[in-house]
Amino acid sequence: MSWLVFALVFWIGAWALNASLANWRWRGTIGVRVLIPVLFGVTLIVLWEGFVRGLGVSPVILPAPSTVAGTFAASTDILWEDFRQTVLKGALSGFVIGALAAFATAILIDRSTFLTRGLLPIGNFVAALPIIGIAPILVNWFGFDWQSKAAVVVVMVFFPILVNTVQGLRETDAMQRDLMRTYAAGYLDTLIKLRLPAALPFIFNGLKIATTLALIGAIVAEYFGSPTRGMGFRISTGVGSLSIDLVWAEIAVAAMAGTAFYGLVAWMERRVTFWHPSHRRN
Amino acid sequence: MRNILPILAVLAALAVLWYAAVAPMNIRGALDVADRGGAEVIPAEPRDRFEQSAWRLMMANPDHIALGYSLDRPRLPTPVQVADELWNTTGEMALRGRAMSKRSLIYHGWITLQSTLWGFALGTVLGMAGAIAIVYSRVVDMSLMPWAIISQTVPIVALAPMIIVLSSQVGIEGRGVPKAIISAYLCYFPVLVGMVKGLRSPGAAQLDLLRTYSASGVQAFLKLRLPASMPYLFTSLKIGIAAALVGTIVGELPTGAISGLGARILIGDQFGTPLAIWAALFAAAILAGILVTLLDLTQRIILRRMGMQA
Amino acid sequence: MTSPVISATSLDLTFQTNDGPVHALSGIDLEIGKGEFVSFIGPSGCGKTTFLRCIAALEAPTGGMLTVNGMTPDEARRARAYGYVFQAAGLYPWRSIEKNIALPLEIMGYSRAEQAERINRVLDLVELSGFGKKYPWQLSGGMQQRASIARALAFDADILLMDEPFGALDEIVRDHLNEQLLELWARTEKTIGFVTHSIPEAVYLSTKIVVMSPRPGRITDVIDSPLPKERPLDIRDTPEFLEIAHRVRDGLRAGHAYDD
Repeated sequence: MSWLVFALVFWIGAWALNASLANWRWRGTIGVRVLIPVLFGVTLIVLWEGFVRGLGVSPVILPAPSTVAGTFAASTDILWEDFRQTVLKGALSGFVIGALAAFATAILIDRSTFLTRGLLPIGNFVAALPIIGIAPILVNWFGFDWQSKAAVVVVMVFFPILVNTVQGLRETDAMQRDLMRTYAAGYLDTLIKLRLPAALPFIFNGLKIATTLALIGAIVAEYFGSPTRGMGFRISTGVGSLSIDLVWAEIAVAAMAGTAFYGLVAWMERRVTFWHPSHRRN
Repeated sequence: MRNILPILAVLAALAVLWYAAVAPMNIRGALDVADRGGAEVIPAEPRDRFEQSAWRLMMANPDHIALGYSLDRPRLPTPVQVADELWNTTGEMALRGRAMSKRSLIYHGWITLQSTLWGFALGTVLGMAGAIAIVYSRVVDMSLMPWAIISQTVPIVALAPMIIVLSSQVGIEGRGVPKAIISAYLCYFPVLVGMVKGLRSPGAAQLDLLRTYSASGVQAFLKLRLPASMPYLFTSLKIGIAAALVGTIVGELPTGAISGLGARILIGDQFGTPLAIWAALFAAAILAGILVTLLDLTQRIILRRMGMQA
Repeated sequence: MTSPVISATSLDLTFQTNDGPVHALSGIDLEIGKGEFVSFIGPSGCGKTTFLRCIAALEAPTGGMLTVNGMTPDEARRARAYGYVFQAAGLYPWRSIEKNIALPLEIMGYSRAEQAERINRVLDLVELSGFGKKYPWQLSGGMQQRASIARALAFDADILLMDEPFGALDEIVRDHLNEQLLELWARTEKTIGFVTHSIPEAVYLSTKIVVMSPRPGRITDVIDSPLPKERPLDIRDTPEFLEIAHRVRDGLRAGHAYDD
């Protein structure tokens, strides 16, 4: 019970601290901007711990963060193995292949307005579908190992990236195209020097969406058949065998992997599209 | 509408590609059937066939290629086979008055739709509430927004089995609630982001104008921010409902689900009946299409009445 | 006159729109000689920008004849005979100023050494030396427009076509840029076509002023300016200047008389 009280007091205190930080003169600095959400996150974890300990929740239902941390530390070899299988072999390779394929397709159909007008609505439609359902079929075609997972990821990321790239390539305004005409610039010059750089913000938008989809695709595909490793495999069997703390440790790895992947792409975006108004603080 | 011709052309091209792909994909199955029927197959041993590539097999056995277009358990069904299976499990059953039988995709589609709609409603309410909180409270903005973004990078599918187990442990019957929760999780973020953008879209000049009228916060919200956010809201609602459908199906995929389109996919996989999988997939696609189109129509009607869109 | 650089004979351009045909240009007859500075002035819809775009082969006339350097406009475009300056600077935000100026040079295949030399030369011409490594958003509107002009001067085109380049700038910057433009013109001896809707600007800059009016787009007056080539800014207060400005204003009003 005292744990619960402590957690609630912590919550109120942290909230008050956050409130004052948010209205502080120095709220614009990077330090404060990071501190506030971090404090919020820590509060959630403290609440979780207090809730579990204070109410004596069974570890089979919901283990405390401290237990999960313990299991995490004890099982790093399993976690690393699963990470390699799911994230590196499945999600990452699928992401790269899917992105390259989408990119190439976008440039190929760019030359034909007819094809673009036909493919764009279809691409938008397919991007909204529950493509994830294709996972069992692809496992059937490509086997149990990481190749089928990569295949699922390729299909899932292809359409969002394609649609965003095509849209980005269309965004060049008439004046810029006229300028290229006055230089008697050919299609290739115009594409490489003007339209591709201008399309980058859109392309990165698609890539960021794709990072979240890649991880989802790889994990769900593993629910349908996997060699005895992989995050999806571990989670589904872990739930069955009630090693819930290992499951939460895997979830923690998935969360960190997802955030890191997204963060990496966002960092690349900031470096490459430094010139876009949304990244300039003036 | 002028896009109809290019769209149809692309669809036609895709259909042709699909038909062409059936032959190499199904050649081994076709040769197995021919073999069992006593016909001559080159090479005769299934083991030898396993080694050779599909193209070589096709060239060696041209007479048997056609069998691949009517297999019971095809690796790649033809569009006609998928349409047939769809019809058998939906329209035909409805005509016989058994639309809601356990084998009908209409029944399963209805199960999936229910969770999707509940998840969509929950996600939308949470998203809108979160957006209003973020726009009006700086504390919430600075503490919640980064986590909202991070929450989307966490693959909810990793949590799905967990949520299902948790809810059953807590005593909630059936999968309806956990599926709705997963749906809501996937749906609330697009709604949140879109609504925040929309609520913040009025320019400084318009906000200042309301201040000169001494408009209260609630009035400014109802008369300016909320109407201004409608176009953004609808765009994200369309993304949100597609995400909610994905969430429901993801909730149905982990072992144990027996009803819903995701469950049909799962069962089709477990029993080795690919046609059932394809039919369920197409049913899910059609459902997604209907939902997004309904939202699109609603958007057009409402925005036209508000005078906002051409 | 020795053979004209730009020659238009009975030039017509009619757009087909949903509301019926629009006669953007009708019966344009004009000759522009080498080294002239010609301003086109008139209210919106009079065809001045359209005419400039025809010279640049960005629009195709529907009747009459138009030659640039003795060739068709499209041939002249492919021979890179002119530089074009738009109303907005239109610099690429992902390239530094230097790299922006290098853009046409890269496309036209100049060597790296040549590019560097030309970039330095034109930066000097427009007084932006030292700003080469900056990015467009770090510069003011006037500086961006100067960079845009530098970009049009970087390659060897005898003709410079400018479409209301200073329209978005404030008066003081505009005066300064007008002076700079005249100096530039004196040094480079290019033929310049300049679209504006400011009467003082047109009179100050040009050797010839073409007054146009709309519906249909046509020339109502061509004024050969008697002002000397060397013009300080305060020439704008002299009686000769005011007389020309008056004549321009009359031409504009005459064109408008049918509308009111």
